[in-house]
Amino acid sequence: MSGPTQDSAISVRDLRVRYGDREILHGISFDVPRGETLVILGGSGSGKSTLLRTLVGLQPASSGEVWIRGGDISKMSEEELDETRKKIGMSFQGGALFGSMTVGENVCLPLREHTHLEESTIQIIMRLKLEQVGLAGFESYMPSQLSGGMKKRAAVARALAMDPEILFFDEPSAGLDPIIAAGIDNLILKLKKAFRMTIIVVTHELASAFLIADSMLLINKGEIIAQGTNQEMQASTHPRVRQFLDRIAEPEVSDEMNYLQMLTGEAPPRVL
Amino acid sequence: MAFFESVGRNTIGGLAYVGGLARLSGRAAYFTLVGPFRGKPVRLSRAFHQAMAVGIEALPILSTITFFVGLILALQGAYELRKFGALQYVAGGVAVSMSRELGPLMTAIVVIGRSGSAFAAEIGTMKVTEELDALTTMALNPVQFLVTPKFLAMILMLPCLATWADFMGVMGGAVFGVTPFFGANLTLAGYIRATVDALLVRDIITGLIKSVMFGGVITAVGCYEGFETGGGAEAVGRSTTSAVVMSIFLVIIVDLVFTTLFYLQGR
Repeated sequence: MSGPTQDSAISVRDLRVRYGDREILHGISFDVPRGETLVILGGSGSGKSTLLRTLVGLQPASSGEVWIRGGDISKMSEEELDETRKKIGMSFQGGALFGSMTVGENVCLPLREHTHLEESTIQIIMRLKLEQVGLAGFESYMPSQLSGGMKKRAAVARALAMDPEILFFDEPSAGLDPIIAAGIDNLILKLKKAFRMTIIVVTHELASAFLIADSMLLINKGEIIAQGTNQEMQASTHPRVRQFLDRIAEPEVSDEMNYLQMLTGEAPPRVL
Repeated sequence: MAFFESVGRNTIGGLAYVGGLARLSGRAAYFTLVGPFRGKPVRLSRAFHQAMAVGIEALPILSTITFFVGLILALQGAYELRKFGALQYVAGGVAVSMSRELGPLMTAIVVIGRSGSAFAAEIGTMKVTEELDALTTMALNPVQFLVTPKFLAMILMLPCLATWADFMGVMGGAVFGVTPFFGANLTLAGYIRATVDALLVRDIITGLIKSVMFGGVITAVGCYEGFETGGGAEAVGRSTTSAVVMSIFLVIIVDLVFTTLFYLQGR
């Protein structure tokens, strides 16, 4: 018996995550079928990054189940978790390439550490992965010599090195200009088509989300307030979903007394 | 009341800090001694690179400093011994104080400045840029990958550096001994002979034991401060500073403990 749903790459059941006595995620459940792309949407501070960190085992769950490839990572020992980690890839927001190694060495690192492949084979795999992300010929560059978009591509190449079954992206288009960001979206689409990989993307870029997603979920204050296909999300009438999708700002607080209090730092005079 | 509260809080904080250092050292020791038998090989090539950076590259500055410290010791010793017309004892004084105390200590200070701070900055930067998280998601344990090679390098290199420091200190003292201007009127051979006569193997061994301990302390503090770095470039600067200050403090404490033990044991 594996996860709650047999055909899922990822199944999350009633996941709660706490930092100290503050609960960030309040009981999250969802499934990601194999080979599909799930986009996790949410504003800043919604808990979407915490969810991603929990899925890749960087943040322990306080309660609930996180089934990945048929194993519940919330109950695993560090050794078992490492075996699961070898089958997933993660692309960090800033790339997180190791600054002391060249781009090529970054991609080779997991292969050298976890496999017994010949060095010549490792070199071939490395060139192949760099070519897949459009960085052929950049293997001897240092990460500091790359632009932001290239760093992200190199990070994807490194995440792909071990042929992962599941690929995670943290804010893939954050800090990139629209053209480069579109290039990253195309790269994600290409990986999905070419390798039938399960892909989880955390973002708040709506255009990119609707382009790459098979399904989406919207997190607000640590709870899922909407989930479904792109069409279902577009058709949603939930006020918070509409606010997010239609990009409506929070109504400004225009209470004069509060404003005065904010400026003076004093308690407002009591109105009798 | 507030005074006792703050004493209590600082005590708990201090204990928690030492506990954190012990836990980190314990895990590094596990990956060095037990890990290889559980299919987790020690990265010898990384340890070798660290040993080069920690040890070989420190030689010029360490040599210069300990040479001058040896000369200073000789001058200070002679200031007192001159009154008794016992300038020939300068050689023994320099040799014993270098090998028992100042060789290991000056080595530790130089290594703290060069490597302890670098460990904190390296690991702290990696934390800020999510590189530590990247290691973890690639199933590479940051302690095993980053700390273990540093521990190995430091524990091997500090005794070597300290021995070299002892030698350079003696050379510094010899400059005093053979320079007619200072009036000790010794030949180089005579100075060396006086040094060898005064030195016991025990003096050198105690110094080496100390320097191994110093190496462990400096690595633990530097790496621990790196892992405890908060967010942002400013935090990296802060942890680098406190790595240096805490290392110097703890090295002195460890020095005091071991010097007391050696004193009692040699009575």
